[in-house]
Amino acid sequence: MVETGHYLVLSSIIFTIGVIGVLTRRNVIIILMSIELMLNSVNLNLIAFSNHLQDLSGQVFAIFVITVAAAEAAVGLGIVIALFSNKETVNVDEIDLMKG
Amino acid sequence: METILFYILAGILVTFSILTVTAHNPVRSAVSLISALLAMAGIFFLLEAEFVGAVQVLVYVGGIMVLFLFVIMLVNVREMETQRRTSRQWRTAVVLGVVLSCELIFFVVRGTDIFSTEAVGPNLIVEAHTRNTESVGSLLYSTYLLPFEIASILLLVAMVGAVVLTLKER
Repeated sequence: MVETGHYLVLSSIIFTIGVIGVLTRRNVIIILMSIELMLNSVNLNLIAFSNHLQDLSGQVFAIFVITVAAAEAAVGLGIVIALFSNKETVNVDEIDLMKG
Repeated sequence: METILFYILAGILVTFSILTVTAHNPVRSAVSLISALLAMAGIFFLLEAEFVGAVQVLVYVGGIMVLFLFVIMLVNVREMETQRRTSRQWRTAVVLGVVLSCELIFFVVRGTDIFSTEAVGPNLIVEAHTRNTESVGSLLYSTYLLPFEIASILLLVAMVGAVVLTLKER
């Protein structure tokens, strides 16, 4: 029997890897993939607590998170395609139309 | 047995997550992410969440990652491989990431004593023989009916949005 704390530590490690990926990479597709990784680590948290408390609500919420991740991937990749056909790049630091 | 399996899966998961973030080639990155997601599905099976594990494999690996691979093929991969892969802020980002990791693990370790070991909550799994998929399904269609419908509307809106975004204007 693995303690719930171990799952939480694993989940926080995966979340941090995702954060580092979002902040360091230039390629917008890899940034989207890192976001998927972060969403998945949250799922692991929800399911670990669902198992710990013997309450199925956590699993239902994990399914909702997967739904939102699918919607986010579809729209995000649509934006990437539109961007590539207009600006011929997928690097985030070359997309500076707003000059913020 | 469960412990050994957990550590094997956790090792695979962490390794492939790091490979996803560090790989030069986006295709390699996507394949690493697929492996990481499969290991995550294995951990869900360990946690007795069979339905979510199956959904993870079907939706993430079968749907989302195939979509990612299609988009990687549509944009220019050869060019991406030769370019610099990190943005200028990577040193700050790594420091921030390490700090975040330390904070999270600190709070988890501190909080472990506070977790109640007793089963609480309205949707208890009392009978051990109840099937996971069946229980999740009945919960989804009774208590969480409204969020379920909202999720379906969200998917519809996302689909229309993706079509409109990629449509060529003429």
